[in-house]
Amino acid sequence: MRTDPLVDYDEAVDRYDPVLGIEVHVELGTDTKMFDGAPNVFAADPNTAITPVSLGLPGTLPVVNGKAIEYAIKIGLALNCQIAEHCRFARKQYFYPDLTKNFQTSQYDEPIAFDGWIDVELEDGETVRVEIERAHMEEDAGKNTHLGGATGRIQGATRSLVDYNRAGVPLVEIVTRPIEGVGERAPEVAAAYVRTLRDIFRTLQVSEARMERGNVRADVNVSLRPSPESPLGTRTETKNVNSFRSIERSVRFEISRQAGILDAGGTVVQETRHFHEDTGETSSGRVKSDAEDYRYFPEPDLVPVAPSRAWVEELRAALPELPAARRRRLLGEWGYSDLEMRDVINAGALDLIESTVAAGASPQAARKWWMGELARTAKEHETELEQLAVTPAQIAELQGLVDGRKINDKIAKQVLGKVLEGKGDPAAIVEQEGLAVVSDDSVLTGAVDQAIAENPDVVEKIKGGKVQAIGALIGPIMKATRGQADAGRVREIIMERLGLS
Amino acid sequence: MPSIGRDDVARLADLARIQLTDEEIDRLPGEFDAIMDAVASVSEVATADVPATSHPIAMTNVFREDVVTETLTQEQALAGAPEAEDGRFAVPQILGEE
Repeated sequence: MRTDPLVDYDEAVDRYDPVLGIEVHVELGTDTKMFDGAPNVFAADPNTAITPVSLGLPGTLPVVNGKAIEYAIKIGLALNCQIAEHCRFARKQYFYPDLTKNFQTSQYDEPIAFDGWIDVELEDGETVRVEIERAHMEEDAGKNTHLGGATGRIQGATRSLVDYNRAGVPLVEIVTRPIEGVGERAPEVAAAYVRTLRDIFRTLQVSEARMERGNVRADVNVSLRPSPESPLGTRTETKNVNSFRSIERSVRFEISRQAGILDAGGTVVQETRHFHEDTGETSSGRVKSDAEDYRYFPEPDLVPVAPSRAWVEELRAALPELPAARRRRLLGEWGYSDLEMRDVINAGALDLIESTVAAGASPQAARKWWMGELARTAKEHETELEQLAVTPAQIAELQGLVDGRKINDKIAKQVLGKVLEGKGDPAAIVEQEGLAVVSDDSVLTGAVDQAIAENPDVVEKIKGGKVQAIGALIGPIMKATRGQADAGRVREIIMERLGLS
Repeated sequence: MPSIGRDDVARLADLARIQLTDEEIDRLPGEFDAIMDAVASVSEVATADVPATSHPIAMTNVFREDVVTETLTQEQALAGAPEAEDGRFAVPQILGEE
């Protein structure tokens, strides 16, 4: 289907300066919808989480969910925005069966939050500041299922089925100003920006922010220009990209594709595009023409929202510690190097290590387990750290056993393996399977005497001053006790028995 | 005074998905002009110190609690639907052949 010639990515960013613009929609995690008391639920039976308002039935009237306003203000504050003193909802008119009213209740020229910014940290630690133009409130639309086409897509479908459970779910749409000057890192910046927002939504507890459920959806605008001094080029908007990896791939693809068009002397068509996970390519959606005229006007069924400054300041004061500040604090508390911290963040181990430390382990020990043995295990099973069948509390308990000299490092790894197999908590496993270090002198002394009797030549060496030969005695003892002997104590007993201590 | 032409009427009809006959498209510009003139007379009394308003009563912050209310059953929801399938509203082809 593709006709545009692609340009190698490195060449494309060498010849052109990419500019991004990103619109992120987040579904708020309120109990009910934006304008009615229907439950805000995922995956209910179709058309059961609805009221007459959700269906836009004649005579119904919307009423604003105060909690949704609170969440929208919190998002605005976390993004360093101004909060409007007075704003209104507006009708955005369009004909499409995902809403029953032939308009979406949204905000137009009076968004609840505007003029903000957020610092986005890339994987190598570099920070990019993204300016936020606005964050406005609106309602989500229903879900269409297209039938009769070959691939479930709207193209070629003969009819569609609509479920309005999602219609009216509160959304906040966050719009950036053009993101300039990021050059070849544009794909990475786009993904990191959305990830930063996702983390903020979770910290604020305003949304579960699950990408795979469509709680967070990104529309990514990309344009190219010959140089940073040139005026902005024509942009395309890739709609509803719903994973970080897809965001990165779609931007990369659009840059290569648009460079191909520009190289050939063509012009980029301003249009919406769709991203295809399977091929990593985008395809043309609809052309933005002047037929797209939403005829916004103020929603006459709703009165304006005018958050008092006292309320806004109350919400600001109650904001939780945001992810970037938390990372800086933990870096200081834990005493990791910048590189160690970055590895921890990139491995998705920050929360796990924080919980492990909270459960009593030292930051160094917590990092050693999660970034070492557990990271290897996760990689081996091609899964994420947080999916492993072990809790931070269990890791802290395991480390406690090591610190208390109940088990040694080698046994600890065995115990961890058993925890991962679901055999219980570390202390219980050590107890049940008799894995505790043997430091009982009567047991150890017997083993030592036996080793001494069996290795007279080694004993002679030690007595002759070659103390390092003691390893040849300790080795068999460790073996005889399946690695459970306290090696330090064994050494002491040998020296005592040989009269050398 | 703004004047509404045939093209404007045709475009509005298209946006509103209303099919008009040629005779209607000929007649409506004059009617729209009359409406526009009537509405424009408001600006004669609205001086600069009168703010734009979208609601007749000066109220703000009418919120409801975030509490679930009674919902419709699927049967009730679909009762008025011309066509339904699998608990969903069935609608005709959305995209025509292009």
